[in-house]
Amino acid sequence: MTVTTTASAGPRDDREPAPATPPSPRKGRRPGRALPYLLLLPALLLEILVHLLPIVIGVAMSFRELTQFSLRDWGAAPWRGLDNFRLVVDLDAPAGQALLRSFVTTCLFTVASVGLCWLLGTAAAVCLQDTFRGRGLLRALFLVPYALPVYTAVITWSFMFQRDNGLVNYVLHDQLGLLDSPSFWLIGDNSFWALLTVSVWKGWPFAFLVVMAGLQNVDREMYEAAALDGAGRWQQLRRITLPSLRPVSQVLVLVLFLWTFNDFNTPFVLFGKAAPEAADLVSIHIYQSSFATWNFGAGSAMSVLLLLFLLLVTGVYLFLTSRERRVSRG
Amino acid sequence: MADPSRYPPPSRAVRSVRSVRSPMAPPRSFLWSRRIFLTLLSAFVLLPVYVMASSSLKPLQDVSGKFRWLPSGLTVRPYLDIWETVPLAHYFVNSLIVAGAATVCSVVIAVFAAYAVSRYRFRGKRLFTVTVLSTQMFPGILFLLPLFLLFVNIGNATGVALFGSRGGLILTYLTFSLPFSVWMLIGYFESVPRELDEAALVDGCGPLRALLRVVVPAAVPGIVAVAVYAFMTAWGEVLFASVMTDETTRTLAVGLQGYSTQNDVYWNQIMAASLVVSVPVVAGFLLLQRYLVAGLTAGAVK
Repeated sequence: MTVTTTASAGPRDDREPAPATPPSPRKGRRPGRALPYLLLLPALLLEILVHLLPIVIGVAMSFRELTQFSLRDWGAAPWRGLDNFRLVVDLDAPAGQALLRSFVTTCLFTVASVGLCWLLGTAAAVCLQDTFRGRGLLRALFLVPYALPVYTAVITWSFMFQRDNGLVNYVLHDQLGLLDSPSFWLIGDNSFWALLTVSVWKGWPFAFLVVMAGLQNVDREMYEAAALDGAGRWQQLRRITLPSLRPVSQVLVLVLFLWTFNDFNTPFVLFGKAAPEAADLVSIHIYQSSFATWNFGAGSAMSVLLLLFLLLVTGVYLFLTSRERRVSRG
Repeated sequence: MADPSRYPPPSRAVRSVRSVRSPMAPPRSFLWSRRIFLTLLSAFVLLPVYVMASSSLKPLQDVSGKFRWLPSGLTVRPYLDIWETVPLAHYFVNSLIVAGAATVCSVVIAVFAAYAVSRYRFRGKRLFTVTVLSTQMFPGILFLLPLFLLFVNIGNATGVALFGSRGGLILTYLTFSLPFSVWMLIGYFESVPRELDEAALVDGCGPLRALLRVVVPAAVPGIVAVAVYAFMTAWGEVLFASVMTDETTRTLAVGLQGYSTQNDVYWNQIMAASLVVSVPVVAGFLLLQRYLVAGLTAGAVK
């Protein structure tokens, strides 16, 4: 793979048209044409080694019958064509039903989590737009969940969600009397809400950070002009702030969607190796079914389907948002 | 609460309007909504932080029985025990090596790549940026197993042990932060005037010296932001750490689970260990967060 890349980069240099700026006679300008490729080379090689090549292997694996025995020599594993795919999308079989349920759960979870993260992040960033006493402190505080390593944050939440010694049941049952009896939060249907809470707690500061950065690019004179024209604070928010944030929000929502949909760390640390059905996100589902049944071919098939779905959603999203931008500009 | 002085000094006409009745002052409804919202949000954010800090100072019976807001007695015992229950110091050193090396490599590689993209026109440039960025959306689970196999095969073929070693984990982690780092640095380098490095080139600097002497110093906030991001990514990753490490190379992400596999779950020790593990990252992040905001403003948010 290494050789192919360098080789394909090589001949391209020769065909490269001369740069627009006249080449200076000085030494050091001569290797100029190969230079960008040399600078890119380390990044390119690593991306190929750790991302692209494994994905090609993953796709190849999804067409084969792979068990723990054939795994080491996966290239020699028997070819099964689309059998793995048929198995995992067969809605009459338990495997297909489980995947569909996990997929629906993940979609609901992602929509709820991304929506709440965006809402909290935008609201907080707008609230901290003015200067007031304590603003710097709040800003630092709000970034703490983002800065905490995922596992320490999630472990703390799992302690809070414990049935017998956790804070959540103590507050809801013992102190407020909202629950008749202490509930289980990390098994059963409640686990969806536990997972959502942790995900939003961990995820909204990123939205806050990005929207805060986006707000710095909003022209302040617009607010002054609007204020002089008699626009109130709420009107300024609706007519200036939110429309100016639109492009930033569009990118932000896409990034949050991809991260949340693929999230593995949060459910893995929160529930351990056996996630409850109500919070069985696709990543966890694939991981579990690969290692529980040792059917790595089916696991790879599910991963490939997941990737295709994400590609489709991203493509449609980018198409819609870029068209909207073109329409609004024209 | 609101301070109108954040605006640049207004022109005389505006000032005379403002002296009558400040039109910039937010109305009461806005101020109160803001206060209530910020208070609730702070409570939500602080709750786990408080639980982590207070539980780490509680005796074991406090965290095994019903939850208590205040400890029955303060003890630093958990902070002494965490080092004994699991080899925490060992995991700490592993995490430090892995995250540190991944950060340094990722930043250096991203600086070169971003410089090439922002300063040169070349064939395949768009393909490169799109490909690198699109790796962000690949589900980690898709390439977990292939990468594992690849590392094992490379190990068998060349004798370079990537699987189970810190080197393999460093390679993996640095590519995790690479796409975002390249993307952000491209934006940041674009904001450094071209005239600066062109002047350096005219003065006889080679392109690399122009990059290191002129562009990099001007882009320090962006580079710091990228470094913070890369370090946090590597420090917090769980999935690959749990598959790609063995007992000697285990990182904190996996090692911390050691406290709950015993018969008793030592929640006070878990909280103490979590706090000890979090403090360096959070402190570093909060010290450098303004760079991250500046870096995002210049780079990503365009």
